[in-house]
Amino acid sequence: MKLALRELRRRPGRFAVATGALTFIVLLLLFLGGLLDGLFLGSTGAIRAQQADVFVYSADSRESFLRSRITPELRQEVEQAPGVTEVGGLGFALVGAEVPGEDELADAAVIGYELPPSGVPEPPAPGRAWADERLQAFGVDDGDVLLLGPARVPIEVAGFVEDTNYLLQGGLWVEPGTWREVQNKSRPDARVTEGVFQSLVATGEGSPAELAAAIDDATGGQTSTLTKDEAVDSLPGTREQRSTFNLIIGITFVVAGIVVALFFALLTLERVGLYGVLKAIGASSRQLVVGLLTQAVVVALIAVVLGISAAFLLGSVVPPQVPLQLRPSRAVTTAVVVVVVAALGGLVSLRRVTRVDPAAAIGSAQ
Amino acid sequence: MSAVTTTNALELRDVRKVYRSGDSDVVALDHATLTVGTDEIVALVGPSGSGKTTLLSIAGGLLSATTGHVEVGGEHISDYDPKRLTEFRRRRVGFVFQAVNLVPFLTARENLLVVDELGGKRKGAASKARAELLLNELGLGHRLGNLPGQLSGGERQRVAIGRSLMNEPALVLFDEPTSALDTKLGEQVMQLIRDEVKGRGTAAVIVTHDERMTHFADRTVHITDGVLRA
Repeated sequence: MKLALRELRRRPGRFAVATGALTFIVLLLLFLGGLLDGLFLGSTGAIRAQQADVFVYSADSRESFLRSRITPELRQEVEQAPGVTEVGGLGFALVGAEVPGEDELADAAVIGYELPPSGVPEPPAPGRAWADERLQAFGVDDGDVLLLGPARVPIEVAGFVEDTNYLLQGGLWVEPGTWREVQNKSRPDARVTEGVFQSLVATGEGSPAELAAAIDDATGGQTSTLTKDEAVDSLPGTREQRSTFNLIIGITFVVAGIVVALFFALLTLERVGLYGVLKAIGASSRQLVVGLLTQAVVVALIAVVLGISAAFLLGSVVPPQVPLQLRPSRAVTTAVVVVVVAALGGLVSLRRVTRVDPAAAIGSAQ
Repeated sequence: MSAVTTTNALELRDVRKVYRSGDSDVVALDHATLTVGTDEIVALVGPSGSGKTTLLSIAGGLLSATTGHVEVGGEHISDYDPKRLTEFRRRRVGFVFQAVNLVPFLTARENLLVVDELGGKRKGAASKARAELLLNELGLGHRLGNLPGQLSGGERQRVAIGRSLMNEPALVLFDEPTSALDTKLGEQVMQLIRDEVKGRGTAAVIVTHDERMTHFADRTVHITDGVLRA
């Protein structure tokens, strides 16, 4: 092992190509992971922030907030379902927002709510909204009056909240009446009358799955109730995004392993003579393999440090419209997996190292 | 066959080594019997393909004999498995190879320390002191921190000699130690080998096809087609 570390120190150039390639792979992995996280978080913030156990949709909506309608009568049935302790209405309207002094429209999701999600205060006064920080990238400031939708409904920004976006549109949290006004004026084809919501959030006793079943039973099948995780997954595109990105990330990890495996396979071929001599003077195959794995792990660790630093540096200059979210937890998992994959890649040369014949050291003038 | 206690550095009795080559067997060493005393230097001379490399490899525990008795410094190694042979080589024998084969990214001193780092009995300062003592004796006291690439051919060969003596072996095996050197340098190296080996009471087998070098040995053994002749 000492020998392996000395070689790394004395001949860094030998390992530069592999380290460089692996650094770029780490950078790529973090950007892919960062985009996945950004897309996921930016799409699902409004749902994840809810302090509810379950989400209630009308049965015919196929679990889409925009298609779902809950009438006051249906709500009453939900409230009376066994185990339900608290129910609140929820509604979404996706609109363009005119920001004072800006040419570009900001993408906004107007969200009418009754029960405050975590990080969001009680509903503001009519005509006012808690805006998600994401809208700051579009020039939105505290106190600005935004004009929403084709009917240009004015909404004043009352303050900012974090991580509450919906389908990558900046969240604007309003009281239910304001949401209905925006919805009805911008989507006259999909009007909601007084007391109607798209969905209900509910808390209650027992596990969320049991609660969901109890609610659907109580409404006689007029509702389709999902747990929070299921509601997140049923948002349009979320599952597809995740599986696509995870596939690409998985393949990239495999590529990282192949790069390390090829590099050390070549290095081992080159070292057959040296390994023969070392075995002749008493090195065991185990010692040589441990040395090789040490080098693979050190190369991976250096690449991880360089790749993560580069990702965070580059990440800070990416325009805010790009949904890139570099999270330390993602960096840690990427680092761990890359190191493990590098060690596995190094192990590919195990057989070749083991098979080096110490007798080859003698009688040859190579 | 029971292990026989002996004072000899090397004892080969009736050793045969047969390789399979395609459909036929090739006898590389045929009933070889050779005894080397504790501080004896034996030159092994023969044309290429005569079996001298095979003999050296068997004596050094790099190869196992097909049949026969192999004993080094009183240790009976004929039945050792590869793992025990590795451990045996680490403790009991020293090698100097034809191509020198120092570790290219280690200094002269570190090339000697490798032997102890692989599991020798000395550690740290004791190990370092022995390496420096050997290199000083070999006239390389001023070259301790040089990489092999910065040393001349003769100096590299001397570092290799130092490495072979690091583990205080019972037997040092030299594979054509002067083949890459001119006559004058070759003679100097042979003299050095003789001084070092004799000074330590160690035995040596030196494979060479250079008859000019054999007078540095106590006796010469010839080998042709796998058969030894005194």
